[in-house]
Amino acid sequence: MNATVAMITARGLLGRRRIWLLVPLPLMLIGLALVARVSGVAPVEWGEGIIGGLGFTAVLPVIALIVGTGVLGSEIDDGTITHILAKPLPRSEIILTKLGVATGVTALFAGVPLFLVGLIAGAQALAFALVVGAVIGALAYCSLFLLISVVTRRPVLVGLAYVVLWEGTLGNILSGTQKLSIQQYVQAIVDWLAPTELLRSNVSVPLSCVMAGVFIVASTGYAIQRLRTLSVAGETG
Amino acid sequence: MSTVDLQHVSRWYGNVVAVNDVTMTLGPGVTGLLGPNGAGKTTLLHMMSGFLAPSRGTLTVDGAPTWRNPDVYRTLGLVSERESVHGFLTGKEFVVASAKLFRLANPEDAARRALALVEMEPAQDRRIETYSKGMRQRIRVAAALVHEPSVLLLDEPFNGMDPRQRFHMMDLLHKMGDDGRTVLFSSHILEEVEQVSGTVQVMVAGRLAASGEFRTIRRLMTNRPHVFTIRSSDDRRLAVALMAQDSVAGVDIDATGLQVRASDYGTFTRILPRVALKEGVRVRRLLPADESLESVFSYLVGAR
Repeated sequence: MNATVAMITARGLLGRRRIWLLVPLPLMLIGLALVARVSGVAPVEWGEGIIGGLGFTAVLPVIALIVGTGVLGSEIDDGTITHILAKPLPRSEIILTKLGVATGVTALFAGVPLFLVGLIAGAQALAFALVVGAVIGALAYCSLFLLISVVTRRPVLVGLAYVVLWEGTLGNILSGTQKLSIQQYVQAIVDWLAPTELLRSNVSVPLSCVMAGVFIVASTGYAIQRLRTLSVAGETG
Repeated sequence: MSTVDLQHVSRWYGNVVAVNDVTMTLGPGVTGLLGPNGAGKTTLLHMMSGFLAPSRGTLTVDGAPTWRNPDVYRTLGLVSERESVHGFLTGKEFVVASAKLFRLANPEDAARRALALVEMEPAQDRRIETYSKGMRQRIRVAAALVHEPSVLLLDEPFNGMDPRQRFHMMDLLHKMGDDGRTVLFSSHILEEVEQVSGTVQVMVAGRLAASGEFRTIRRLMTNRPHVFTIRSSDDRRLAVALMAQDSVAGVDIDATGLQVRASDYGTFTRILPRVALKEGVRVRRLLPADESLESVFSYLVGAR
């Protein structure tokens, strides 16, 4: 970790207007849970829809997408990355710092509302498990979106395709794609930490732990590799 | 003292050759990289900066390659042409952050020196996004100088500067060169290069067209053939007198005036007033034809 890179990254992320995109989703999550609770519906009936269907399917990956592509992709896009690259810093330090900042911000914006939803559902153990799940999910998603940021010039589009098409649509139709879905790993781990009727996963816990680890290590390692040979295009002569 | 060495460096994008077999060695002092837009100057600077791999050839700073070697930035300072900076930082924060990223022992002091050098102290606490183009340029120079690099590479550093800032920047580059640093800056404006650097490398269409002392190149440029369009009070009389001159290769005469083909730009522009005065002819209009930089440069390529 490099404190200066972290400072620039965090200010670039939190100081821009796009940070406001992160606010409505968590509010919606908490709001829906509150409405369900106040109208007297049993948590077993709304839990899966709100925690799994909204929390882990939409809120966590979308926040991770905005943050994960925001910490590196936007700097590559506007060229400010050259100021960081033109320094005698190991490329691993740059990637790991950006990953740390992105994971922290994502875990904050997704973990806190999930924790509150767990409390609203009246399950304290689940609330804490949801926080752990949010942190693991944030780390896995952010490492993937960081990699996408270095590999393509359209990270948001590619990331969105992964979240919506791969995890969202194909994951519901074909059980095979679920084995390669961060969302499934997170749900399996949360359900293992705090078994409830509220969450289900179609992937085993050991496989989820291993695969989440593989996602994180492989994405980060490859992102470092690609940053080492990132060409800054000379569009003018 | 540092040396930048390029041996047969080429770079192509698909089928397009941006830089073609360039060999040059840059030592202490200021060198101008001159060439029209699209000549490959930026691509060459990107390769020197370690932002782009040469497709062929070797490129080193003090013997170490710049590509995939972040340690080279300890001796290298870069000012790129794209003026993108982290606009949410203040000028001072930006320079201090640079100093910290270079792991300097005392980043605050180094930043203060660099800010003083480019005269940016009065605006140092404003956010960079509020700066004018010239101020952004200077703050980026400060960030590039903060670790006192022995090699400084600048891509079009005078772009967007007013005459006073331009003069100040030229002065700064002179000082850096006199200190024994290796300074290379690119420009497409002949006069800029003339005022700042003694040595010059001229690039045209990806190739190194000429290199050496500025005076030699200047002579090549002033001795080039050239076409002028002239209107005068007595075109026919002037045409006859001009034909007697060695520096005139031919004269065409028609209803719109004279087309004079001068074999030597420099000499012709000196003798024309004298000839006109002697013949009592009043020159009403003198237009140099094809005075584009590209034509000057392509003449240089041909002259080699």
